[in-house]
Amino acid sequence: MTDSSDRLVTGADLARVLAPARRPSPPGGLANVLTFGWRALLKVKHMPEQLFDVIVTPVMFTVMFTYLFGGALAGSPDAYIQFLLPGILAQTVSFTTIYTGFTLNSDIGKGVFDRFRSIPIWRPAPVVGAMAGDTVRYTISSLIVLVIGFVLGFRPEAGAVGIVGALILLNLFGVGMSWIFVVLAMIVRTPSVVMTMSWLVLMPLTFASNIYVDPATMPGWLQAFVAVNPVALLVTAIRELMSGTATASAILAALIGPAVVTAICAPIAMALYARRR
Amino acid sequence: MHDASSPAIETVGLRKAYGDKRAVDGIDLAVRRGSIYGLLGPNGAGKTTTVRMLATLVRPDGGSARVLGQDVVAEADAVRRRISLTGQFASVDEDLSGTENLVLLGRLLGYRRREARARSEELLAAFGLSEAAGKPVKDFSGGMRRRLDIAASLVVTPELLFLDEPTTGLDPRSRNQVWDIIRLLVRNGTTVLLTTQYLEEADQLADRIAVIDHGRVIAEGPSAELKASVGTGVLHVRLAEPADADRAAAILATRCGDGVLRDGDPRRLSVQLADPALATAALADLAAVGVALTDFSLGQPSLDEVFFALTGHPAEAAGDGQPEAPE
Ligand SMILES: Nc1ncnc2c1ncn2[C@@H]1O[C@H](COP(=O)(O)OP(=O)(O)O)[C@@H](O)[C@H]1O
Ligand SMILES: [Mg+2]
Repeated sequence: MTDSSDRLVTGADLARVLAPARRPSPPGGLANVLTFGWRALLKVKHMPEQLFDVIVTPVMFTVMFTYLFGGALAGSPDAYIQFLLPGILAQTVSFTTIYTGFTLNSDIGKGVFDRFRSIPIWRPAPVVGAMAGDTVRYTISSLIVLVIGFVLGFRPEAGAVGIVGALILLNLFGVGMSWIFVVLAMIVRTPSVVMTMSWLVLMPLTFASNIYVDPATMPGWLQAFVAVNPVALLVTAIRELMSGTATASAILAALIGPAVVTAICAPIAMALYARRR
Repeated sequence: MHDASSPAIETVGLRKAYGDKRAVDGIDLAVRRGSIYGLLGPNGAGKTTTVRMLATLVRPDGGSARVLGQDVVAEADAVRRRISLTGQFASVDEDLSGTENLVLLGRLLGYRRREARARSEELLAAFGLSEAAGKPVKDFSGGMRRRLDIAASLVVTPELLFLDEPTTGLDPRSRNQVWDIIRLLVRNGTTVLLTTQYLEEADQLADRIAVIDHGRVIAEGPSAELKASVGTGVLHVRLAEPADADRAAAILATRCGDGVLRDGDPRRLSVQLADPALATAALADLAAVGVALTDFSLGQPSLDEVFFALTGHPAEAAGDGQPEAPE
């Protein structure tokens, strides 16, 4: 864009904006977090294509698996989508968590983070706010997957209640797990390395799971992995929520992974972030 | 604890190393309130590291620094409430619009939504950015981006503003706009610490200058004195015959003193002038012995020449470069 204003900044203009107006009183940490959440939303608004990247794979898999394997695996595509869709939701949100680390990594390297560090705000707010804003990404991508599911014949027995419950659980899971990628973002140099390393973590978690097939036919060692795989535990809880058979133990089991990750990674991430090199 | 009589900036033996590299190696500064202070030095001299320590972004390894009377380590939060930083590389968010950037900062600093919006409009208008306000910053020209960056530092008027190379990479017109802004800021009571690689910029703006090299202050003083110590200008001549170079250098040295600089080009010679009037005399001397020139010019001493005058050796090209990539 060319600079169309030929009018130079004038003394009168500047004197007016510099007049020591009321110095606003510093807002609390929560207000800072919400403001950074708003910033994250603005980024989604300006770059919706990032959201697209994240949902394209799950959507492709949903359509492909439903029609290719649905008949073979569950008797009919219609029966299979009831089984598959909760898994795809878990996979979509898991993939979306990568973007938290990816975005943060490219952000932190930029000068704008220097500005955030040099103003009097609650120190963790830029990071925590970005994570809070990402819940909107989790929700939007989940809703898109749900709509595709409905088109393909997904009909959850628990109806709206099941869906809302699943969305809440997905968000808690996403926020909790994304701390891994936040730590990665603080250590690793470039966003693309964050991306590659994140896929290395997520591929086994999403494929060695119960998303596509019942693990009953898997070898014993793989079944043992699936039994403790946080993504698989999430899928189980979402299936139960959607079918109205949710048990407290399944939901708690789904939250153990993200809780442990948060307990370990959040303090590390914050210490790394606060480090003044 | 602070009082209005303490200096804006006071550092003693400030140090910071990155591995073996002593980025800042014992810097003492005293910056008076209400003044413009210039840190002048080549790429890699330690300017950015110094500014980042003063703006509480980097913890010093040694020495002490007080900003507006408060310690940058022990009282970092209090310091942050009173300063603003416009970093060397755009410290605005490229993906957001001009308005969104300023509203974001306004909200973070405690303005209500409506106040933040009003403040943003008023700043954008004052900086001639109203028309571009809704466009993403990545579409801004360099000059507009710089102005927005400075406006972003004024969302709450700071007592002390750090400007790290505010005009590097700008065209002359944008540079002049930024200079005007800086002068106006100081007239309105803000203290400014600016870093620059251009003697002309430091000379135009700063009340006092510290020349830094390899993390140390190699000269410090009022701009006028510093400039006088390096001469008021430089005469550049271009010889028609490279073979005349030695003869010409000798003649220039006789007339103007031994500040003769020769660079890689055998046809080019420069000499420091204590007084611009010496230029005509020197040119006449050359003509008198038949040294033919294709070109000559009278210029401000460049940073290289300042270094030469102060240290007797040219500033090294900073091979170790910048840790961050430029925008
Ligand atoms: N984060 C860093 N890690 C390693 N070296 C650094 C870092 N920051 C600066 N340096 C080094 O310290 C020296 C001074 O850098 P800097 O303060 O950026 O200089 P200037 O701003 O004057 O160009 C340079 O040699 C630079 O390579
Ligand atoms: Mg620098």
